[in-house]
Parts: sequence; C-alpha cells; structure tokens
Amino acid sequence: MSASPRETLDSPQKLQDACISTEGLSVSYAKSYALRDLHLEIPRGSITALVGPSGCGKSSFLKTLNRLTDLITGCRVTGSVRLDGEDIYQSGFDVLSLRRRVGMIFQKPNPFPLSIRRNLTLPLEEHGTQDSAALAAKTEAALRDVGLWDEVKDRLDSSAMILSGGQQQRLCIARALALGPEVVLLDEPCSALDPLSSAVVEDLIASLRESYTVIIVTHNLSQARRIADQTALFWLENGAGTLIETAPTEQFFSQPQHRLTKEYVSGARG
Amino acid sequence: MNRSSVKADRTATFLCWIVAFAVTGTFFWILWDLLGHGFKGISWSFLTTQPRDAGRSGGISSVLVSTSLILGVCLGVAIPTGVGTAAFLSEWIPRKSRVGRWIRRSLDLLAAVPSIVFGLFGAVFFGEVLGFGFSILSGGLTLALMVLPILIRATEAGFRSASEELRLGGAALGLRRATILRHLLLPAASHGIVVGLVLGVGRALAETAALIFTSGYVTRMPSSLLDSGRSISVHIYDLAMNVPGGEANAYATAVVLILLLILINSLASWATQTWLGGRSLP
Repeated sequence: MSASPRETLDSPQKLQDACISTEGLSVSYAKSYALRDLHLEIPRGSITALVGPSGCGKSSFLKTLNRLTDLITGCRVTGSVRLDGEDIYQSGFDVLSLRRRVGMIFQKPNPFPLSIRRNLTLPLEEHGTQDSAALAAKTEAALRDVGLWDEVKDRLDSSAMILSGGQQQRLCIARALALGPEVVLLDEPCSALDPLSSAVVEDLIASLRESYTVIIVTHNLSQARRIADQTALFWLENGAGTLIETAPTEQFFSQPQHRLTKEYVSGARG
Repeated sequence: MNRSSVKADRTATFLCWIVAFAVTGTFFWILWDLLGHGFKGISWSFLTTQPRDAGRSGGISSVLVSTSLILGVCLGVAIPTGVGTAAFLSEWIPRKSRVGRWIRRSLDLLAAVPSIVFGLFGAVFFGEVLGFGFSILSGGLTLALMVLPILIRATEAGFRSASEELRLGGAALGLRRATILRHLLLPAASHGIVVGLVLGVGRALAETAALIFTSGYVTRMPSSLLDSGRSISVHIYDLAMNVPGGEANAYATAVVLILLLILINSLASWATQTWLGGRSLP
C-alpha cells in the first residue's frame, strides 16, 4: 500500500465519494437551536474527529446521522443528511435498517443487562440472522474483531455487566460491528474509561479505518491528532452549535485557518 | 458540633427507632395473637376437608379452591392488561400528554374507590348485564378491576426506572420498540411488576366486600368458573361475625391466609428472578 488515507485526504479532488454529506442541517429543541446550518462531507473509509467545547452540538450532530433524534421529544431536524447519496430524512425511509448501517457507540459503555452472548445475538436476530450456527459464527467474529474473544470465550453466558469498563465498551463496539455497518459513530467513547482501557479502545478505533467510515466526538485533542484523517471544529455561536473549520488532521493542527481553531488548538480557548 | 445539636440528633435517632419498632412490633403482635389462637387448629385435614356445620367444624378445602380460582381469574386478566397499559403509558405516549394524564388520573381515582362500590358495580355489570351471576368469574373480574390501578402504577414506575440508556442503546442498534420492551425493559421493570402484584394480590386476598356481592358465599366445592364460591376472607368474616362458635376456625383460617400471603410474596420474587431475570440470561 503506497498512499496512506491521510495523504489521500490532503488532496480533496482525489477523494472517492462522500459517505455522508449534510446540507443546511439544523437541529432544534423546543425553541432553541442545538446546531445551525451545517454543511459537512464525511469521506468514505476515513476517520473524522469532531472537536470543540461541551454543548456545541457535536453529540446532536451524531444523533442526526442515525436519526436517534427521532426519540427525543420536541427535537426538530431540518436540512438534509445523505447516506450514500440517499436522504435519510425522506418519508418512508427505513429507520431500523439505517441504524443497522450506521452504528453508534456511547460515552458510557451501555451493554444490555443480559449475557455477553445475548448482547450480540439479540440485535443479530432482530436483523434477520436466525440460524444458530450463523449466530455463533458472527458472535465469535465480532468479538475477535474487537480483541475480546480470548478474554470472554469461556464465559459467554455470564452477564455482560461483570466485564470491566473497557471490555464493556469493546463489547458495545462488537455489537455494532456484528451488524455489518458502513458507518460507526462514536460519542466520546474513551472518556469514561481508565487510561489503559482507553488506549486499547483507541487502537481498536484506529483499526476500523478503511473497513468503516468512522466519526468520533472527542475532547482529547491528542487523540484526534493520533487517529483522525480529518478533524472538524464545532463552536457555540449566537446560542447555536456551528461548524467552524474542517481540514485534514495534520493541516488542522499545524496550519489552522480560523482564529478560533488556532486558539482552540493552542489551548488558549475551549 | 455543639451540644444542643448533638442532643437533637440523638433524640431524632431515638424517635426513628421507636417508630420503626412500633411498626414491626405491631406486625409481630398480630402474628403472635393469630398463631397463638389459630395454629393448633391447622392440620392437613383442615386444609383438605370441606367446611361442615356452617364452618364451625370441618376444614376449608372448598374455600381454598374458590380463592385460588378467583385469584387465577383476577391475575389472568389483570397482568396482561396491566402490563400492557403500563407499557403504553410509559413507552408509547409522551409523559405529559393529555391522554396519559387522563388515564393516570382515572387510575388514581379508581384506586381510591371503596371496594363496596366495586362490589356493586361487579354485581350489576358482570353478574347481571353480562349474565355471569354470582360466580367465581364475576368475583375474579371485579377483583381484577380493583387490582389494576396498583398494578399499572407500579409497573409503569418500573418501566420508567429502566434507564434511558437501554432505550437509546437498543434503538441505536435498530431494535424495534417491541423488542426493546420485551427483552430489555420488561426484565428491568420486573421489580415494579412484583411490587404491584404483591400489593394487588394482597388486596385481592384480603377483599370481602366486593366478593360477597359477586362471587357469593356458598361453601360448597365449585365445579366451574360460573359456580358461586366463598373466598378465604369472606370465610373469616362470616365465621367471626355470623357463626356463633366459629371463632376457632376463623383464627385457623386467618393463619392460613397470612401464610398464603407470605408464600405468594416469596413465590413472586422467586418467579421474576428465574422467569423474567432468567429469560435474560439464557
């Protein structure tokens, strides 16, 4: 392999297609905007980091991408989100299969209070895998993908709640990966973990590049710099989250264009 | 901390102990009195023979059968309806919606309605309008109406206490709402369901007024759900109030009732542990 994805990103015209693109995307709760007029393209098979201070709409943005916003009473989404060119907010769009294609990992590991095995088989069965041999194979493959198989293969039937925080988070990632998603959304996946588990999960996320399109919200700028191909800065302006600057990660950190990016990256603000 | 606040603290602690002791003490006093008077009357034959001489002698077998049948009808109707309504209130409609507010308000009012009113309603509606007459079916259905408010409110609280993480996590994996409800929220709500059931069954077993009007008080062994049958509390009431010389058997029956309640209480928590909780760890 000659060109790393990062180099590919340095010249946008060489980008393959955008996996996700948003146009004029706004999110409002009751009367206040969480996010206003967002235009962003997420290249396929890359890792995009979303950074910025708390409360500037990064998590709201992630939730628009798998329509988890539908679950929030009073939440209104306008503008468009296209996944593989298709508007996911068009009427009649299959939301359940959208959420299979766009997996999401939360800040706090949220395994179901079921057995380790059932955490994987329940969503698999829901999305059509019924055959027990196939279920077992997919379970093993997903657990291997996240490096958890050797740690749990002898206790698949014990409760997932007895796993450590880092193991729980990897189980949650395995659960999403088992469904064969195209996109993986991660909402500060390491911030509730101890430094060692955090490093393991970070390596795992870095390994998802190319197989998946990854979007990660993080408050850890060095983490963004280590794993992301492109980085986007969100900021609160006039009471609503807005996108300030998007750039290939190296350029984002070494030659930021916007004043806020400069200040944020240098630690003067945020 | 100064001296007066230490003193206030000690007084408060002392008062709390006194109150707690009074509550527990009262329960044990009742239990002691019941066991002292009634325990000697309990035997295998007391449980397995039919009442004779208006209940002064003989046992309570037909009463136990009628009670179980009434309870069976009551729970068979109340559990599915109650859990369904609770799920609807908690998962399908917004918390502050008008429909939800009205349903909850009616439930609270229903819970406060005196049982004699339920009895009269049951006698007219189930007994006459639907033509079930004085029967175990009428009694069980009337009890179901009485138990529903408690069961629904406790179950709804159980669903609500299930963390939002389960709903979001389930939805983020593309699980249908029914799957989330059945596999994730129901086990999480099982504690609330048990609380509601225990309170409900307690109310049902203790009920006399509503049952006298609906399932009647004949002591013979029922042969179908459309037969009249005497429930255990009605039996105690009748022996104590209307049958001179029935006190000994009234006490013995009361001991059986208390033991039944304890048994049902333990069974309910065991069942949810293994049935609902166990379903989640196959």
